Amino acid sequence: MILLIQYMLVFTSVLMLVALGGCFSEHSGVINIGLEGIMVFGALGGALVMKYMPAQYGFVFVVCCILASMLMGVLYSLLLAVAAINFKADQTLVGTAMNLLGTAAATVIVKALNTAENPNNPSSTIQYIAAKKNFLIVDGYEFNWFMPLALILLLLSYVILYKTRFGLRLMACGEHPQAASSVGINVLKMRYWGVMISGLLGGFGGLVYITAGVSEWKFENGVAGFGFLALAVMIFGGWKPFRIALAALLFGLFRSLSNVYTGFAFLNSLNLPSTVYNMLPYIISLVVLIFFSANSAAPKAEGIPYDKGSR
Amino acid sequence: MNKKVSLLKKPAVQTLIASLLCIVLGLLIGYVALLLINPAGAWDAIQSIIKNFWTYSKHTTQIKNLGNTLVKTAPLLMCSLSVLFAYKVGLFNIGAAGQYVAGAGACIYCAVALGWNWVFCMIAAILAGALVGSISGVLKAYRNVNEVISCIMLNWITLYLINTLLAGVKEPTSNYTYSITKRLVVENGVASTVPNPGTVLPSLGLENLFNNNKYVGLALPLAVVLAIAVWVLLNKTQLGYELRATGMNKNAAKYCGMQDKQNIVMTMAIAGALAGMGAAMLYLTGIQQWSVTQSSVPSMGFNGIAAAFLGGLNPIGAIFSSFFIQHITDGGSYLDMRVYSGEISDLISSLIIYLCGFVFFFKTSLTNAITLREDKKLLDERRNKEGGKAS
Repeated sequence: MILLIQYMLVFTSVLMLVALGGCFSEHSGVINIGLEGIMVFGALGGALVMKYMPAQYGFVFVVCCILASMLMGVLYSLLLAVAAINFKADQTLVGTAMNLLGTAAATVIVKALNTAENPNNPSSTIQYIAAKKNFLIVDGYEFNWFMPLALILLLLSYVILYKTRFGLRLMACGEHPQAASSVGINVLKMRYWGVMISGLLGGFGGLVYITAGVSEWKFENGVAGFGFLALAVMIFGGWKPFRIALAALLFGLFRSLSNVYTGFAFLNSLNLPSTVYNMLPYIISLVVLIFFSANSAAPKAEGIPYDKGSR
Repeated sequence: MNKKVSLLKKPAVQTLIASLLCIVLGLLIGYVALLLINPAGAWDAIQSIIKNFWTYSKHTTQIKNLGNTLVKTAPLLMCSLSVLFAYKVGLFNIGAAGQYVAGAGACIYCAVALGWNWVFCMIAAILAGALVGSISGVLKAYRNVNEVISCIMLNWITLYLINTLLAGVKEPTSNYTYSITKRLVVENGVASTVPNPGTVLPSLGLENLFNNNKYVGLALPLAVVLAIAVWVLLNKTQLGYELRATGMNKNAAKYCGMQDKQNIVMTMAIAGALAGMGAAMLYLTGIQQWSVTQSSVPSMGFNGIAAAFLGGLNPIGAIFSSFFIQHITDGGSYLDMRVYSGEISDLISSLIIYLCGFVFFFKTSLTNAITLREDKKLLDERRNKEGGKAS
């Protein structure tokens, strides 16, 4: 049971962080399908710090890992920002390209580093067994510092979106950019902020994901559709931070079942193949979307490139 | 001069220029990546990606490997047709990958477990792909579920389902399914196989052209015919017109009496059928067996997106772009694995998709620039005629 809770909290943190990222981007008017790729790059940033930085510094080490993942996420999200905001590209297309590029580029980078160290090791795996211990709050349990931090970021997201001038302006750009522009808001700049914040949160989410219960990561596998689960969480959460957190909790529960179902007698006795548990999060999100997409509360101008001349 | 300017304004010419630019830039960035990894061998490496089968010196080996690339071009072309067909109707079919998986599962199962003839195996694959595609279509049309997200979820669901299904027909000693030329027979709990060559696509004698590469056959000609059929369907029939109208403006199409919801479902079903058929074209040649432990969706469907956009969203263009994408993907396997990874090809093809996002901007600016120049010229001419200020 305690194992289930551990995994649930980890996966909930990941989904919540990434979905909040998506939320910022979409409120500014840019659809961010590329969250998956952003997560991979964030994970890569964190993993590289874990690989090369000596682990004895404890607190500084943790901060460096987090900052590296966030920085990589932001840098990678700029690919979307430039294409979608300045060049009015099809946001779905660019996002899809970013997902494919994220996994391919990360694999190439990691393999290059591995083979440079040892020519007989052409794998895309980074190990961080010792480094990971720094993240844990209590030794031996999968409770890490990322969880309270995710909670803080949730509260911060709510305050920024609804209680600050910046957040309200950001949301105006996603609802009616022409109106926002007419009162002097720089729509393009705000959209850049939205995408970059999604890169920051998505990148951090990627780091949290690859440290969830495992101590090595094979970058060939990307993040296994987690970025898209996060998008489903965001839609289920109605683009609102606290509802996103609740949705993430539900999805986190189902996702963690596939990791720990063998520990439950009654689940074992059902004798279902393990693939059923692997499928479960995706099936649930599909079902959830069926019921929650009909009257969607999506930002009205999302996905439409901003054109000053149109009404 | 005038004629040349108007040529540059033609959409087809612009698309061609844009696609070539995407390829050049993609390869250039790929080359830079190779340089960063190891400067010494980078030039050879990018050459072997571009050359693919030409790296062999013997003509017969070249031809045989060209055959292998062509065998994989057929399913890629089908996936790119699937993507572009849906895109013309305003739907982004990222689910081609999942529909492809469904088709693969269906045809392999029908061949190995049921021992059906290749025609029926292929029909099963088409139906399976169409089924998966139409789920996304129904959800989009009737429940307003974004097709991109439902397709992604279905990709994963289909992958796990097919892995479970095909685990029943896998070789006892490996993770791969039986070869499709064998039929699995279970009698009294004992599994054995009997030969069943009827499941393989007919070669039509094409194998002789490729130094007896037995995998070359019906698939590619069929895929090319279907590419032309898709072009005709989209551009020359009433159905194609209605589908495109629905894609451009759902409400306007509805107002004109078109069945907008049915059109969406039908589009996704056709797109799924194309992708599913593509899988049959690969797996019914017997060139590959399915690994039931694979934990990521095969990249064929995603490469289909690259091929569709690189081909300028034109079925005929897709024939060439599919070959190019498959060519560099295969080329990646000729790299020295101790220094470079084969994923460089994936990197290049995903960069090409990314760069395709800029095509619209490129075309608009090109048209604007040309129009501006033409206007200026016209103005100058008029000034000269009127004998105005000559400076």
